[in-house]
Amino acid sequence: MNGGVYVGMPAFPEAAEAAVRDEVLRGNLRHATGTIRARRAAAVAELSDWAALRAAGAAIKERTLRHLDHYLLQVEERVTAAGGVVHWAADAAEANRIVTDLVRETGEREVVKVKSMATQEIGLNEALAEAGITAYETDLAELIVQLGDDRPSHILVPAIHRNRGEIREIFADRMATWGRPAPDGLTDEPAELAEAARLHLREKFLRARVAVSGANFVVAETGTLAVVESEGNGRMCLTLPETLISVVGIEKIVPTWRDLEVFLQLLPRSSTAERMNPYTSLWTGTTEGDGPRAFHLVLLDNGRSDTLADTVGRQALRCIRCSACLNVCPVYERTGGHAYGSVYPGPIGAILTPQLQGMEDELAASLPYASSLCGACYEVCPVAIDIPDVLVHLRERAANGGAVSRRGTPVRIRPARGHAAERAAMRAAAWAFDRPGALRAAQRLGAATRRLHPRRLPGPGRAWTASRDLPTFPEQSFRDWWTRNRDDRQP
Amino acid sequence: MTTDSRDLILARVRRALVDVPAEEGPADVPVPRDYLTTHSPADPVRTLAENLADYRAVVHHADPAGLPALIADRLAERGTRTLVVPPGLPPEWLSAVVGAPGDPGIAVRVDSATDSPSDLDAADSVLTGCALAVAETGTIVLDGGPDQGRRRITLVPDHHVCVIRAPEQVVDSLPQALPRLDPARPGTWISGPSATSDIELNRVEGVHGPRTLEVILVHI
Repeated sequence: MNGGVYVGMPAFPEAAEAAVRDEVLRGNLRHATGTIRARRAAAVAELSDWAALRAAGAAIKERTLRHLDHYLLQVEERVTAAGGVVHWAADAAEANRIVTDLVRETGEREVVKVKSMATQEIGLNEALAEAGITAYETDLAELIVQLGDDRPSHILVPAIHRNRGEIREIFADRMATWGRPAPDGLTDEPAELAEAARLHLREKFLRARVAVSGANFVVAETGTLAVVESEGNGRMCLTLPETLISVVGIEKIVPTWRDLEVFLQLLPRSSTAERMNPYTSLWTGTTEGDGPRAFHLVLLDNGRSDTLADTVGRQALRCIRCSACLNVCPVYERTGGHAYGSVYPGPIGAILTPQLQGMEDELAASLPYASSLCGACYEVCPVAIDIPDVLVHLRERAANGGAVSRRGTPVRIRPARGHAAERAAMRAAAWAFDRPGALRAAQRLGAATRRLHPRRLPGPGRAWTASRDLPTFPEQSFRDWWTRNRDDRQP
Repeated sequence: MTTDSRDLILARVRRALVDVPAEEGPADVPVPRDYLTTHSPADPVRTLAENLADYRAVVHHADPAGLPALIADRLAERGTRTLVVPPGLPPEWLSAVVGAPGDPGIAVRVDSATDSPSDLDAADSVLTGCALAVAETGTIVLDGGPDQGRRRITLVPDHHVCVIRAPEQVVDSLPQALPRLDPARPGTWISGPSATSDIELNRVEGVHGPRTLEVILVHI
């Protein structure tokens, strides 16, 4: 995996077709996303100044992104001054190497992990396993995914595709192989399942000496990192071990301490629909006598600077990973996260993955089409990312190719495969619209032969009419109608 | 080499930002801050109590004279045998716990940096103060002050009793809270007991942190 695409996954249309036939999956998703949608709306409605908070959140991120070099240097300086060690990773392989070496230096063979999209993106667990180091996921949903040898399907709730009965089976069958077995007679009551996870993970927390985390925010002016969570597994990992390694995307920076007052209002209400999540941890370097003695911050690029180079697509880097856009998306609700074949599913994934990964990859190039462009994602986005606008921008790139940045170097990419018919149709249309005589002749021909038109297109157009009716030709073109009627109306 | 990657990433970022005018500084990007600094709860202490209770914290009220007895009562109710306290806890808070004649014995363990996580795991309850509390979100903020101690002591035991001095420690909102906090201190923000939404996106209380959070509002 690199840049967040799972190797060997089919492009979105094929994966989606299989997913929508899975009735259990659709039921699970409909139930979960329906619940959270209503609750999020209520949590947001509590704040009369939501629109102002959203505008501030977008502007703060915009300020960060437009001056990212400045803020990166500030983060490096402040974290170092507070007793942390800063590492820079240009890509996934380098980040994995840095973390692996840091763990090796401690002499430990296992680490506990706080749920983190960045480490998912770089495939850290697999890289550590190759080096003989076991990474234990400690977030409940990540635990369900890890025990079930499964893939995450949602940014916030990676096991959203599983219902309580399936989770009970996974716990009962698999916990014993990873450590403390599930209690006898485990039922599918959520409180009992949570208790089983508590018991299973407690021994791992108590003996852990190295933890790996991500971060929701890095405050440039103070060098403070923030992790927002619910269960307390984050606090366990951030405070009990002796060594803490945080892998953080370079776009996670906010300029000032005060900026947290905006994001800590936007994020919990958008993600779990709570006024505030149960636990937020804030730490600045190391603290004598409290928490890890060694703190390492790994700043991860891995396609982010390339994304930054696209002035339209850049706004995707504002994302605070709340997942509100997944929960409202009609496409996500029906296909689930796995169909996207990438670490970042849903609408945000459809604009982030193709940019982080590059659209040379067939799957990544198919993702901008995984949308009906209904705009619900933009409406709920707490940092006002215009996802439909970026989707259209990326579709144009898929169809036409064009200039992009790859690993910091400007390159021209070729059109993605499968768009030749679309380009030919657009070229023909452009030619005809430039030549009124030809357009008129074509329209008259179309009208005269309308009864002979098929209902399905042949050849490369077949896919298009597989799920749509071919529009019928009118008896006369508008231009003919206008010519006739305009003269009649004159007195 | 990490040093090379540092230069490489910075160079990539600068090249990506060629559209940003050279004379533009970070402060030139406008950030509108016309959001509210408070949603003006009529009675912040009451709002705090309501929001804490809404997220399943157990809320009690006391006056300073009644605080020690209430603390002793909460621990007795819980059946606490071992209580962890931070080194700087006001001693009078424990006066009814320690001094009870014929007490079968609540062992009070004053936390020390040499205590292992397993030592903490063996404790039943922890008693602390806090740095401040946020009414609108029902949040208690700990910053490692003397009456709060190391971050882990409010995490590993299953029962946390937290004392908030009202109204002086209660603010309305996050915009009022952040200026009062020192970023250099390790911060833990607590809004209700440990919970998860990971099973069918429904909130369930009680995962790794304390499953019971009791808050005592001391009205001064």
